[in-house]
Amino acid sequence: MCGIVGIYLKSKKFEKSLGGMLSKMLVSMESRGPDSAGFAIYNSDKNKIYKYSVCLNEMSFEKFKKEIKKKVKFTTIEKNSDHVILKSIEKPNEILPILEDFSTISLVGYGKSIEIFKQVGKPSNVVKKFNLGNFSGTHAIGHTRMATESAITTDGSHPYSTGEDECLVHNGSLSNHNNLRRKLKKSGSKFSSDNDTEVAAGYISDSLKKRNLKQTLNKGLNDLDGFYTFIAGTHSGFAVLRDEIACKPAVIAETKDYVAISSEFQAMAHLPNVNNAKIFEPEPGIVYSWGK
Amino acid sequence: MILDLKKLKLRYVNEKLQNIDRKKNKRDFVISNPEGNHAICAGLTENIDVTIKGHVGYYCGGMNQNANIIVDGNVGTGVAENMMSGKVHVKGNASQSAGATAHGGTLIIDGDASSRCGISMKGIDIIVKGSVGHMSAFMAQSGNLVVCGDAGEALGDSLYETDIYVKGRVKSLGADCEEKKMSKKHKTKLKELLKKAGSNIKPEHFKRYGSARKLYNFNIDNVSNY
Repeated sequence: MCGIVGIYLKSKKFEKSLGGMLSKMLVSMESRGPDSAGFAIYNSDKNKIYKYSVCLNEMSFEKFKKEIKKKVKFTTIEKNSDHVILKSIEKPNEILPILEDFSTISLVGYGKSIEIFKQVGKPSNVVKKFNLGNFSGTHAIGHTRMATESAITTDGSHPYSTGEDECLVHNGSLSNHNNLRRKLKKSGSKFSSDNDTEVAAGYISDSLKKRNLKQTLNKGLNDLDGFYTFIAGTHSGFAVLRDEIACKPAVIAETKDYVAISSEFQAMAHLPNVNNAKIFEPEPGIVYSWGK
Repeated sequence: MILDLKKLKLRYVNEKLQNIDRKKNKRDFVISNPEGNHAICAGLTENIDVTIKGHVGYYCGGMNQNANIIVDGNVGTGVAENMMSGKVHVKGNASQSAGATAHGGTLIIDGDASSRCGISMKGIDIIVKGSVGHMSAFMAQSGNLVVCGDAGEALGDSLYETDIYVKGRVKSLGADCEEKKMSKKHKTKLKELLKKAGSNIKPEHFKRYGSARKLYNFNIDNVSNY
């Protein structure tokens, strides 16, 4: 089943309450996905600092801090439950290999504006754990998971981020992900789980090297076989795509201040002024995008 | 009587509406703050009027018998699914599978309905004032589907004896669905259906579609049509 949610702010009015809005959306999608939850929140820093979102898994924060400081001079290391956000002016090609050397941790995302947090457990516990309500930002995407084809682990949780400031959440299942994973591995993509959505995220990242997001998703209609409603995020906004059979639901509410998307309307019922919003279902096989 | 779903539990509200005291005269209900909840007004059996003020979730008015339900908002998947009798009137848009498998009654949708509207319908009359999505009236068995706007791909795929009337463009017809002649009998029926929905569009503007009746039983010669 799974629940997916997203908010893109068109004005600055709700930037400070973005985390609170997304938090309520995720909690109301708990019935669609009680196994794990995660969210990506975009908040652009104007400077050139990169943010690396890391899940520590079994490793203690002190040990990680001690070891990483030997290797990199980070400007800051912020702890949030079992995740840390490393901020550094060092570029990803410097930092990613260093993080890969830590066998026990998982890099869940990186970029100049994205921060990702995801963990197993009920969505209501996950959002509390990471204090999602306190986050501000420009746009955000979230997911509640009912696990089907791969294990209930942090690595099996959404969102999946396979490129700078990119992320993907997915409601559905893909049937050609094993073949596609093999192809993408040959051309240099790396995967950390057996999950089908991670393959779709890798596919999108790979294609974004040559195309924009809209062109990428249109190409995906031919290359990704299965059921899906996707929300794909980039530093400037997000796009939504449903497969042409459109068994997986989605509803969009748009006001002058924001665009919200969720699997079911009840996730948006608490949003400000939603009863006067333009509410519609994204049509199958059509890419909808906000931001650049 | 106003039933506020912000204050009352959905289960309490549904139980109340499902167990109307016939000796009392209370037959008018308003449900406020539905907030996208599922299965609101499912399983009603009495001739009562319920107005829901706002957007609702899945299976609203499911299995309805006799009740007259108005939704002043949008509805999620499967509105009036398996309705037996009565009326459901949606003032906004409907999600997929509106009126699925319904045996009777009337479903009126003022806006658009998305995919699989009237899937496997078995006698219900559905009048959509906007457009319907792909695979509408899939395996529809009897009753009428009236579409005042356009219809998506594969309309009436594997159709049995439902009559489909469409005013606008049909993107494509499904397997075994074909355009049929509009006789006087059909025009009279269509006029009556449109009147029920408060529409005064003339039946002459519609085309009728129905089953070519080639796929009722499996026949190896037709395998390419499935």
